[in-house]
Amino acid sequence: MEFRDYYKIMGVARDATQDEIKRAYRKLARKYHPDVSKEAGAEESFKELGEAYEVLKDPEKRAAYDQLGANWKQGQEFRPPPDWDAGFEFSGGGYTGGGPDIHSDFFEELFGRRYSHAASGGGRRGFRMRGEDHHAKVLVDIEDSFNGSTRSISLRVPEVTEDGHVGTRDRTLNVRIPKGIRPGQQIRLAGQGAPGMGGGESGDLYLEVEFRRHPHFRVEGADVYVDLPVAPWEAALGGTVKAPTPTGTVDLKIPANSNQGRKLRLKGRGLPGKAAGDLYMVLQISLPPADTDAAKELYKQMQDRLGFNPRATMGVS
Amino acid sequence: MAEDNQPGGGGQPIGELIGEQTTLTVADLCRSCSVEAEMVEAMVEEGILEPVGQRRHHLYFHASSLRRTRVTLRLQQDLGVNLAGAALALELLERIAELEAKIPPDRQ
Repeated sequence: MEFRDYYKIMGVARDATQDEIKRAYRKLARKYHPDVSKEAGAEESFKELGEAYEVLKDPEKRAAYDQLGANWKQGQEFRPPPDWDAGFEFSGGGYTGGGPDIHSDFFEELFGRRYSHAASGGGRRGFRMRGEDHHAKVLVDIEDSFNGSTRSISLRVPEVTEDGHVGTRDRTLNVRIPKGIRPGQQIRLAGQGAPGMGGGESGDLYLEVEFRRHPHFRVEGADVYVDLPVAPWEAALGGTVKAPTPTGTVDLKIPANSNQGRKLRLKGRGLPGKAAGDLYMVLQISLPPADTDAAKELYKQMQDRLGFNPRATMGVS
Repeated sequence: MAEDNQPGGGGQPIGELIGEQTTLTVADLCRSCSVEAEMVEAMVEEGILEPVGQRRHHLYFHASSLRRTRVTLRLQQDLGVNLAGAALALELLERIAELEAKIPPDRQ
């Protein structure tokens, strides 16, 4: 098991005051909060931070942790010394986190067992209680919305074993992704949440649908947008060009005198469904490079013969 | 590390879409997000949740309320902000997400 340097994770000195610890937590929590941060690994950092704060904000746990000594390094192989916690009384207060799944093995070894007993046993005697609902995200591709598909998702679920230990179990579920699914929609898997207590039914598992970034297509609600590069003459003279759509290549008619950024709508060709979205082709004029004498000559001719001032509306030439 | 072969585990795919037409009651939200009804009421007062209708004193909410409720709760619990602060953060986050969706993939 790896040692966790909670002071280093929180970026505070070992003799930091409780106020300093709280301030450091608030600041880092805003930075790494999974709902706020787009950084890769934010969720992991946030969990690590939460665990560090849970120990350091609680004077009892902090004192017990300090007892281990200052010579341990983050990530170092660690075994708790025998009776390391003798003389410390954990009252079990301040369990703010989302449950045992957020803690490292290191934390579980030091503080875990007492807590899992306190949190899952005792208090709820004899009640029949429905299990909690669980929530997770599922990434789908834009094509899944057009064709419908099945996704296999793996979940790590915390589990309290018979002897009261907390472990994790890997679960794989096949999830039906219905045709026409939109970003942000939820899929409910009945009975796949936390098991109930005292014979109560299991909770449900909710999956929030997120679309994987696609190199060409982007989704806004039910509409799909494509940036379509066109040559200056295609935009100016009009014509028919091949264009990619999520369901295959189409022939797209470009009206003459189209300008940069013109949106061409293909009605009903967005995400399918009762109210199907539209597909928008956004024209992006792509200039041929002037890297040969012939190309330079053509540009020169345009310059001489078109008398074109792109900045006319700005009052300059 | 066991893999189970329960429903959805290698067999028939499972899952039920909570579509745009699905509505949720206060009880649904409470159950799914593990909160008391008072919290849902407070979120309605704060304008975080907007009921789409009412049937015999029972309020109904749009399916997207599920996500808004959960994000608000997480922000409140993890960042120590009050409900009004969480509501503001939620709206700003949604605004950012909207804007980000408009940025073409190759310009990110």
